[in-house]
Amino acid sequence: MTFLNTLSFGLLAAAFILVVIKMFLEPSRDHRILALGRAISLDLMATLAIGFITLFAVVNDKKLFLDVAMVLALIAFLGTVAFARYLEKGK
Amino acid sequence: MFAQILMFIGAFFMFVAALGVARMPDLFMRLQSNTKSATFGVGFLLLGAAIHFWEFAISIRALAILIFLFATSPVAAHMLGRAAYIAGAPLWKGTLSDDLKGQYDYKTHELTAQPEEQQPKPRKTGEKRTK
Repeated sequence: MTFLNTLSFGLLAAAFILVVIKMFLEPSRDHRILALGRAISLDLMATLAIGFITLFAVVNDKKLFLDVAMVLALIAFLGTVAFARYLEKGK
Repeated sequence: MFAQILMFIGAFFMFVAALGVARMPDLFMRLQSNTKSATFGVGFLLLGAAIHFWEFAISIRALAILIFLFATSPVAAHMLGRAAYIAGAPLWKGTLSDDLKGQYDYKTHELTAQPEEQQPKPRKTGEKRTK
């Protein structure tokens, strides 16, 4: 059933493209709010990358890639928390 | 076969999450779409991987990633939402209620007890004592 896998890859790639476009076309009013919107897009991109790596591991039958997904999950959480702390202090 | 159907469902939900982040009018709504739908989708994807590699060490690893994501995603979303509220992100024009309005002290970053027009009601737990 490779057709279904290809379709899943296509959906994930379309999601990636949508998020990247949204990240660059953020409506800018205040720079903190702009940065927070981009942080949301970055968080979703990290989650999408975890899903992409998992799908890649299944399609190519490489078990080791799940470790990469785990490390990415840890780093993405830390990055989002650091972003939020920094932007909360502000000014 | 079953694993591939699960992974397709997960990819579909992640696409819905990306659509929500791209199209929602408000920062908080985008945050909600990000955290709920994307976590649900990645959960399905990891479950599909755990079923595909039907092997103890690998399936446990996939389930560990799933549990970690389910634990940390609400925390990250809460922190982003709090930072957005403090930064004064505008709400959507059709928003009906803003419960935190007037109760948050922007200087000291503390919740004050009650807004002025509301009568203070006794509460059992969870309320900060005022002097």
